[in-house]
Amino acid sequence: MYPHPAMPRSWRIDTKPHKFCPGCGHGLVLKCLGEAIDELDIQDRVVFGCDIGCSLLSWDFFNLDSVQTHHGRTTPVMTGIKRARPELVCIAYMGDGGGYAIGVQHIVSAAARNEKITVVLANNTQYAMTGGQMAPTTLPGQKTETSPYGRDPEHTGFPMLGPEMVSAVTREGAYVARGSIADLRPLKGFLKKALENQLAGNGFSFVEALSACPTNWRTNAAETWKFVEEDLPRYFKLGEVKLPEDARGEVRTHG
Amino acid sequence: MLQKPIREEKRAFMTGNEVVAWAAMAAGADIMYGYPITPQNEIMHYWTRLAPKYQKKFLQTEDELSAGFTTIGGVMAGRKAFTATAGPGNILMQEPMSMAEMMRLPAVVVVQQRGGPSTATVIYSQQEVTLTATGGNGEGMRVVYSTAGHQDLFDYTIKAFNTAWKYRFPTFVLGDGYQAKMRESLTVYDPAARGVELAEPEPLVGREGVPGKDRPPSQYRNTFNLEEELYEKVIGDAREYEKIAPEIAEYQSYGIEDAHLAVVAHGVVFRAVREAVEKLTAQGLKVGYFRPVTLRPLPVTQIRDLAARVQKMLVVESAYGQLARLLKEAASGTPAEIVTYLKPGIGVTAGEVETKIRELV
Repeated sequence: MYPHPAMPRSWRIDTKPHKFCPGCGHGLVLKCLGEAIDELDIQDRVVFGCDIGCSLLSWDFFNLDSVQTHHGRTTPVMTGIKRARPELVCIAYMGDGGGYAIGVQHIVSAAARNEKITVVLANNTQYAMTGGQMAPTTLPGQKTETSPYGRDPEHTGFPMLGPEMVSAVTREGAYVARGSIADLRPLKGFLKKALENQLAGNGFSFVEALSACPTNWRTNAAETWKFVEEDLPRYFKLGEVKLPEDARGEVRTHG
Repeated sequence: MLQKPIREEKRAFMTGNEVVAWAAMAAGADIMYGYPITPQNEIMHYWTRLAPKYQKKFLQTEDELSAGFTTIGGVMAGRKAFTATAGPGNILMQEPMSMAEMMRLPAVVVVQQRGGPSTATVIYSQQEVTLTATGGNGEGMRVVYSTAGHQDLFDYTIKAFNTAWKYRFPTFVLGDGYQAKMRESLTVYDPAARGVELAEPEPLVGREGVPGKDRPPSQYRNTFNLEEELYEKVIGDAREYEKIAPEIAEYQSYGIEDAHLAVVAHGVVFRAVREAVEKLTAQGLKVGYFRPVTLRPLPVTQIRDLAARVQKMLVVESAYGQLARLLKEAASGTPAEIVTYLKPGIGVTAGEVETKIRELV
C-alpha cells in the first residue's frame, strides 16, 4: 500500500493528482459523483461526458468510458448515446458557461423532452478556463474580467437560476437539485438520487453544484470558503427543487 | 426475425428524399437525428413512418447543432446514426462534424443544397460545395459524394455508411433541392443481394466489461495541450487520408480521350452536361465530359490527366465558382485553360450548355 487519500473506486488513480487548480471545486464535485457511482455499482454502464472549460480536464479523470465534447454540446452528445443505447447511464458534466450560456438551448430542450440523462453542472459564477469573464451566474456587483467594475444588473441582468429554470420546463419524472461543495454530504445525496432517477427510467435529472474558483476570484482560502458557503447560497438556494413524483416543482428540502 | 426493409429488387418512382430514407433503411441505419429544414424534411417524414416497422429510432432535436452532436452520440454508442440538413443548417452542422473529424467518428450527413448565402431560397443550388467539402476550423478531412439523381441517392447513401465506418471520416451525401423534391424512377435493392457487404458498426463507448478492471476505459478528447501533440494528430490523419483518397475517389467521364474541350460538372448539373455533350459528340464535335462523384477527396490524378490532355475545361455549376475553385487547385500547373459557366442558385439546362460549348469549340 502506498499512502494516498481515499479515492472513489471509479476514479483513475494513474491520472491523479488531477489537473485542477489548488482550491478548485471540481475535484470535490467529482469525488461526490465518483462515490455515488461506486455506491450504485454502475461503473460498467456509465458514459461520462465533459464539456469545454475547466470541466474538460476531467476527460480522463474516471475509470469510465468518457467523451470530451465541445463547449455546451455535452448534453446532446449524451442524449444521442442514451437514445441509441438506453441501457447506458449517461452523465453530462459541465460548467455554468457551457450549461447556461452557449449550451442553454440543449439543457432546456433535453429537460423539456425529459431525456433520461443526468446533467451535473458546476457553478463557479464565471468562465474560469478563459481567464475569469462574467458568466450568466455572476453575482450582482461581482468583479470579473468583463465586468471589471462589478456586474451591473441594469446592463447584464441578474444571475441565471439554472435548477429553477430546468424545473420550470420539466414535469413528472424529473429530478432537480442544487448542492454545494461547502456541504458534500447533501451534494453526494443529490447526485446519487439524480443517477437513481435515470436508472429508474423516470426522466431528466439535473444537479447544480455551487463551486469555487479561487484562481479567478483572487481569493484566499478563508475568502473562498466564505463566498461559497455564505454568499452564493443567499442567491442560489440550496436543496431539491423538484422530485420525480412531483409535477409542480419548488420542493425545498436540504439534504 | 425482423424483415429487411427491402427484400427484393424492384423499380420505384419516388422523390429523392424518400429514396434517402429507404436507402438508409437498406444500409442498416439504426437511428436518425434531425431538425426540420427545407428541402430535406421528407427524409425525416419517410424515416419516421418506416422506423417503427423496422425497430429503428428517430429523435427530433432542438437545432442542427444538437442533430449533429446527437448523431455523434449515436455513432459513439456503436449505432449507425445519421442526420440530414441544408443551407443554414449545414453551417451549424459543421461544428459537430469538426468534432467528428477530430475524433474520427463515422457520422453520415445528407445535405440537400438550397440557395445561399443566408436563408436565401428553400429550392435549389450547388452553393454548399465549399462548406461541405472543406468544413470548419480544420483540414476538411471528410468524404463528400455528390449525387446526380435518384439511383445515385440510393447507391451513395448506402455507400456513405460503408465508407464512414470503414475509414472513420465523417461522410456526406451532397444532393440538392431538385433531387430532393422531384420524382423519378430508380431500382431499389437489398445491398446483400448485390454482394454489397454492409459495414458492421462497433461501439466506442459502452463496451463490455468494467473500465479499469476488465479493460482500460475508452476515453476520447478533442482538446490538446501542446502544439506538437496536435501537429502529430493532424499530420497522422492527413497522411492516412491521402493514402486512402485514391481508394475513395470516384468519377465518371465520356469522350475525353480525343476531346479538345472537357465539360466538368457535378450533381444534377452533370445531367444537363451529359445530354449536351452526347448530342454534340454525335455531331462530330471533339468534346467530352468529366464528373467528379467525390468532391472530397477529388479524383486528382484523373483531373490532372484530363487537364494535360485537353485544351480547355468548361466548368458548369449552380454556384459562383465553388467547383471551379476545387478544380483549379487540382489542375494547378497543367496547361489547360479553365473557363466557367456559373449560375448560382439556379438550374442549368442542356440547351444552355450546348450553346456555351458551341461558343468555345
